[in-house]
Amino acid sequence: MTEVVFWVAAVVSVAAGVAVFRTDSMARATYALAASFVAVGVILLAFDLDYLGVIVILMMIMEMAIMALFMIMLMGMNPALMPMSMVHSKRTATAIAVVVFLGLATAALAIPWPGRSGAPAADLTRSLGEAVMGSKMLVMLTISPVLFATIVGTLVLGHPRDRYQRYGDDLDRARPDDPIEGGVGR
Amino acid sequence: MSEVTEAGPLWAALAPVALLALATVGAAVAHTQAARARGEAALSGVGLPFVESARLLRQRRRVTVAADRVLWQVAIGGLPVVAVLMAVVVPVGPVVLVDSPVGVVWFNAMDVMLWALWWLAGWGPNSAHSLMAGHRFLGLALAYELPLMFALTSPAIAAHSLRVADLAAAQQGLWFAVWMPVAFLVFLGAAVAFASWGPFAVAAHADLAGGVLAETSGVDRWLVLVGRHLVLAAAALMAVPLFLGGGAGPLLGPVAWTVVKAVVVLAGLELVAGRVPLVRPERFAEVGWMVLLPATVLQMLVAAVVALGGAS
Repeated sequence: MTEVVFWVAAVVSVAAGVAVFRTDSMARATYALAASFVAVGVILLAFDLDYLGVIVILMMIMEMAIMALFMIMLMGMNPALMPMSMVHSKRTATAIAVVVFLGLATAALAIPWPGRSGAPAADLTRSLGEAVMGSKMLVMLTISPVLFATIVGTLVLGHPRDRYQRYGDDLDRARPDDPIEGGVGR
Repeated sequence: MSEVTEAGPLWAALAPVALLALATVGAAVAHTQAARARGEAALSGVGLPFVESARLLRQRRRVTVAADRVLWQVAIGGLPVVAVLMAVVVPVGPVVLVDSPVGVVWFNAMDVMLWALWWLAGWGPNSAHSLMAGHRFLGLALAYELPLMFALTSPAIAAHSLRVADLAAAQQGLWFAVWMPVAFLVFLGAAVAFASWGPFAVAAHADLAGGVLAETSGVDRWLVLVGRHLVLAAAALMAVPLFLGGGAGPLLGPVAWTVVKAVVVLAGLELVAGRVPLVRPERFAEVGWMVLLPATVLQMLVAAVVALGGAS
């Protein structure tokens, strides 16, 4: 059963990956990519990596749903609402793809892979949580503020209206001057 | 670990039918209320879901110019499928279809599927009103999703498990709905929001000519309408083990109690949502981020403190 699921999901993920570049619509390309990632999530589920599998499906659908908006918004030069090619710099891309594929395939076949040592934990979700929250906590503590600062920084730089426009030159307006009022009245 | 047995494949084939039956009860409640609001006999609403189904299933499908047929069909067919996938991890009494150790996360992942499906339903028909409604839903989806995630996390923390059956078993003393009211209310609100229903019907509301429903007809329209009620039914079913003590209750068996509680929650969702007007979407985003998100984080803190106190 696991093998059947693995092979079906593997074929779907590769086929959907190919579809990303064969289709002529930004929306279809984005959701083909989402389908490919979901198939990868299913493979993880078939390996009993329940938490990782479900999280991959959750995160990838979320990301692709938002990415589709950005792709359609930002493809201004080549309107994403019209049919368009999903590939560019074909010759370079083909050369890189062939070289990388040959390199990885050779490595996969030529490397004498070690056999598995040790057994998986009984509760993989718990051991994942303990790894992230225990021995890798320092990494998480470092990365989280950096990621958060990046998000805030990008928003501050990207937002067309700054706080001086909202609250006045001396930031002394009681209520912000927004084109569309928010629900909290702040 | 609480004891639940996984049901066989025959039951899996029956599960969509059972969920559809539950959703039909919900639709009948909604239609009854609508009939009363129109001044007609309330009982005439009970038959309306069937009348409307018969009408739509015979209606010829209308297709717009240059529609993205593939993605449109994925969205329309996907709504009922995702609703059923939401429900498969919910134990009904001592049986469950998929006894996933991460059932709560699975339920949440299916909620996220709805982000994609509502947007695709808006994208598919190549129609301005549908597209705006789909965009509008996606713009609000994070304001719905983040409070929901913390609302789902609170009972999971209190039960020390992500397995839905464990959550139900952890409420032997006191229902989570009683001492986690914020999480419970946010969960119900998010259920309504992801079904795009009532006050949160941003993807399909009359203020945008029906939104994603503007161009759907025939069996497509039926699937979307049924899909909404199925999502509400699946969420009501999930509320039972998550917040209402699962199948626990006197006299009746656990299966009967699960169904009774789910029907009560579902009827509540359909009734309340049918009576509240659309919350202005551009205003709700800020409420979601500034009010609901901190409230659910505090709720999670309470759950964590209580869980730690119980553990030591």
